[in-house]
Amino acid sequence: MDLSALYTELILEHSQKSEHKRQLKTSTCSERGHNPSCGDDITIELLVEDGKIVDAAFTGSGCAISQASTSMMIDLIKGRSAEEAQTLANIFLGMIKREISSEAELELLEEAIAFQNVSNMPARVKCAVLAWHTLTEAMKEL
Amino acid sequence: MLSLDAIRAQFPALTQKVYGKPLIYLDNAATTQTPIDVLVACREYKEKSNANPHRGAHYLGVQATTLYENARNKVAKFINAASSQEVIFTKNATEALNLVAYSYGMSKISQDEEIVLCISEHHSNLVPWQMVAKAKGAKLRYLYLADDYTLSWSEVEKVITEKTALVAIAQMSNVLGTVYPLKDVISYAHEKGAVVVVDGAQSVPHLQTDVQALDADFFAFSGHKMYGPMGIGVLYGKREHLEAMPPFLRGGEMVEYVEEQVTTFNELPYKFEAGTPNVEGAVGLAAAIDFLEKISLEDVKAYEDGLTSYALGKLQEVPYLKIYGALDAKGRGPVISFSLEGCHPHDVATIVDSDGIALRAGHHCAQPLMRYLGAPATSRISFALYNTKDEIDACVASLKGVRRWLGHGS
Ligand SMILES: Cc1ncc(COP(=O)(O)O)c(C=O)c1O
Ligand SMILES: [Zn+2]
Repeated sequence: MDLSALYTELILEHSQKSEHKRQLKTSTCSERGHNPSCGDDITIELLVEDGKIVDAAFTGSGCAISQASTSMMIDLIKGRSAEEAQTLANIFLGMIKREISSEAELELLEEAIAFQNVSNMPARVKCAVLAWHTLTEAMKEL
Repeated sequence: MLSLDAIRAQFPALTQKVYGKPLIYLDNAATTQTPIDVLVACREYKEKSNANPHRGAHYLGVQATTLYENARNKVAKFINAASSQEVIFTKNATEALNLVAYSYGMSKISQDEEIVLCISEHHSNLVPWQMVAKAKGAKLRYLYLADDYTLSWSEVEKVITEKTALVAIAQMSNVLGTVYPLKDVISYAHEKGAVVVVDGAQSVPHLQTDVQALDADFFAFSGHKMYGPMGIGVLYGKREHLEAMPPFLRGGEMVEYVEEQVTTFNELPYKFEAGTPNVEGAVGLAAAIDFLEKISLEDVKAYEDGLTSYALGKLQEVPYLKIYGALDAKGRGPVISFSLEGCHPHDVATIVDSDGIALRAGHHCAQPLMRYLGAPATSRISFALYNTKDEIDACVASLKGVRRWLGHGS
């Protein structure tokens, strides 16, 4: 098992200090997601105006993988439409389930492609996908 | 005691490599590996004696029945039950505890009575009692722990009172390793008129069990945590309780006469064993008991105490590591929970796993305890009679590298 492919500098940076780890003053929707086996527990908040995610943030605690995945996800979806964000979430989840492997699609994930290796680590899959499932749930409220 | 090499040679699983490294298995509180004798016993049963026990008078039927009942007798002797009729085979400790909750709890506990649990209970000795309390209008009360993770006598006297109908408590915590002074707790609870349900899932593989000396009303454990197979567990209950309790599951085997409208139930222990039982599991459990008794639980305990003591010392040398549990091997079992500052337990588990080391991370099915400790999750190592000091050294070395992997510099 290659740890350096999992705990990359990028992932560690996001897990230790994320500018997105804060509370929004006002939000359109929020959703709490947790992962009982690991203890990851995050709450994602979105501020959506005219169908566009103008701000997003998260709070909570968890392992490096779940924290970094949440942080990178927020990087990616901020400024995009809710629809685009959902498409990206589907690509991310598809990547982890190994259902999507087209380079062109995966590149849309930008930095979050760093989690591709997690698809080989069944014990950590839940950590990586938590944020993206939580986002999907949150956007159902819109 | 047998030599360590001789013991390890009996566990085929221990010889394997993971990620090209020798497996170091330190997750024994979750489940233990299986010795050859147990594997052979299960296989031989399937090859030579497989039949539905207690049914059919043919040769194999008699064989299967004999093996199954011999296993029951062996368990009864192993835990020093007064009679093998007090030994009920279940699927695991969880099912045994549910049996007591559904059958005894739901029929004997009434409104405003109190059920006392320890804050360190495993969910399987906690969630069923929440159900009983809710259904019956009874109150759940908890025994909290002192700063050194022990149960103080003043806490026992404060929480267990005349209102207490039932106390449910593990003999050994699967998170803290604490061994509770159950003999005294049980005798005190009895003075107050309460019955005591003991969860022995963690203690049975490490301590000599004597249900009569303990004076437990019920005692539950699992085969797979004591070198036996998965899918077999035991509920011991005092005859007077079991006789007075309604059946838990209903169906074949547990009946005497079945009329169109009414049924009379079979005698103990069959009243509580509906359907075809896990004979293979019972046979394997009997073989596991033989294995343990050949070594002797006294020697097992002495050896494991040595490992625990050694590990506690070594772990305290690891920077940023905090142990949740007593720092002295006395009064505790070979289960050690800890946290590493700045490192989530799940990451710790992944990182040491890459060195072939199996440890457990999470809440260990004891969420109320984790909340009480103020730790959402911990890492846990737990030993069996086949672990070695070398394995502990390897684990400690691996743990020392964890913070660096997670970008903490040291
Ligand atoms: C203290 C304690 N009680 C009960 C159980 C439940 O055992 P099982 O899952 O075999 O029913 C466990 C095992 O995880 C345990 O550690
Ligand atoms: Zn996680």
